[in-house]
Amino acid sequence: MAVAPERKLDLREPTGWRRTSNSIATALMVLAFVLVIIPLGFVLYTVIAKGASAINWSFLTGQIPPNVSPPGQGGIGPAIVGTLEITGFATLMAVPLGVLGAIYLNEYGGKGVLGRVIGFMSDVMTGVPSIVMGLFIFSIWTIHFKFSGFGGSLALGCLMLPIVIRSSDEMLKLVPDPLREASYALGATKARVTLTVVLPAALGGIVSGALLAVARAAGETAPLLFTILTVTTVNKNLFSGPNTSLPSQIFVNASQPFVGAQSRAWGAALTLIVMAFVLMIAARIITARFTRYSR
Amino acid sequence: MEEPEQNVATTSLPKPAALQQPPGAPVSDTPGSPVFNAKNVSIYYGSFRAVTDVSLSVYEHEITAFIGPSGCGKTTVLRTLNRLNDLVASARVEGDVHYHGVSLYGPDVSATAVRRRIGMVFQKPNPFPKSIYDNIAYGPRINGERNKGKLNEIVEHSLRQAALWDEVKDRLNNSALSLSGGQAQRLCIARTLAVEPDVVLMDEPCSALDPIATAAIEDLMHDIKSRYTIVIVTHNMQQATRVSDRTAFFSVLRNEESDTRTGVLVEYGRTEQIFQDPVDSRTRAYVTGRMG
Repeated sequence: MAVAPERKLDLREPTGWRRTSNSIATALMVLAFVLVIIPLGFVLYTVIAKGASAINWSFLTGQIPPNVSPPGQGGIGPAIVGTLEITGFATLMAVPLGVLGAIYLNEYGGKGVLGRVIGFMSDVMTGVPSIVMGLFIFSIWTIHFKFSGFGGSLALGCLMLPIVIRSSDEMLKLVPDPLREASYALGATKARVTLTVVLPAALGGIVSGALLAVARAAGETAPLLFTILTVTTVNKNLFSGPNTSLPSQIFVNASQPFVGAQSRAWGAALTLIVMAFVLMIAARIITARFTRYSR
Repeated sequence: MEEPEQNVATTSLPKPAALQQPPGAPVSDTPGSPVFNAKNVSIYYGSFRAVTDVSLSVYEHEITAFIGPSGCGKTTVLRTLNRLNDLVASARVEGDVHYHGVSLYGPDVSATAVRRRIGMVFQKPNPFPKSIYDNIAYGPRINGERNKGKLNEIVEHSLRQAALWDEVKDRLNNSALSLSGGQAQRLCIARTLAVEPDVVLMDEPCSALDPIATAAIEDLMHDIKSRYTIVIVTHNMQQATRVSDRTAFFSVLRNEESDTRTGVLVEYGRTEQIFQDPVDSRTRAYVTGRMG
């Protein structure tokens, strides 16, 4: 029998440069995380600290008072109504169009010349600054048909469209081809395959992508300044007469020298953040619901 | 072609008068009527010829196995039989593929109607991300079945045929993705059987499964053979000897000048003959394990 070897198996963490570089990388990642979280936390803290005191039921439903009114008077009711109307209608226009466009790109004509042009243009559109989109709608719509909430919806819809197309397209790409083949092999037509297999499989991602686009659009100010005028009264008619919205109301109020107007701007800012937050949570819940068979 | 909603299994279809014997295949017995009759079929992807000059007949209520090394075009030929290659934009088929005497690639033949009769089970189990019930009911539903009672019946019958009913009957509303690999593949077979096809094409259905799940699927193939015609592509030669009545051996032809590989049908005949008394030396080399 051989004598047991002197050398013991060494399974310890390797020393030297490997360990050092590991520590450096870990430290850098922690640093990056902290750097990201500081501005986020600071924004949230400031808005809550300055806006929470302004918010109560009468603030959410009350009329917008003159700018000189002291804090605690009036509210931002018309702006909330306007934001819901304008963003809601923009969603109604942009989401179906964007999802159908993504289906076309991914399932039908994506590899043809038209498909490639549409895909490229929608990527370019993602990069168009929102103020440019506002000017565009101002020049083709507002000049001819006067200020209205619908003009704002058009501008927001144009902003949402490329986001919806891109996110839906990515989700449809993730649907595995074997699922499509399984459906074809059962005698399904292309439309059936798309409607009954591809869309349901991608629906969770499409819905959450669309809600992210809605949240983004709900916070846009620049395109609304040119198109809805931002007034202080409620306008329930989306298609006629100037309207108002939370972001443009914040813009107007925050640039006032009066304490009351500034306090109402903080309150409106917090309201907007909460609305976006609720949308995100809804997106999570809906995604989880639609993907319950995918686990 | 008759109307799509007719039940294929019970419809008498026109049969070709003369049986087309494949070349180099001394078939000893008198086979049933041919379901498929392929004559000089070549399949191209763009300008690349993937398979060249395949002629063979597939007979009713038999299991026909396609064997051969990787890249020999077995799967390509299989996917030609239910026009699934149509999904590949560059794919092109030359020659005649007759199904019960009707040209599958004829001008007024709908690929959808073809696939409705000729089902397919894929190499990797591909259940839909839906419930077990909805997976089976999918085919009948897209073919217009709305009656709840009828659908329940079809789901139970299909799952029983696929020997899966007892394992899943209490959780039909669970996600099909919760099934194990072998169960998922039997679900896919049940899903295929639910539309009552005439032919079931199987593309290496057991390659992702363990021996026990493989045995379950082979048993199932024997059980359903009396009602369906089955064509199976397999890498596993033992599987071909265990399940099939007839075997087609494909091989790869290298073109030295253009450095391309083309699949060819080397030999086709009764499974015993192919494995015990092959005519072609290439078949002999392959089935005895001297060439992989």
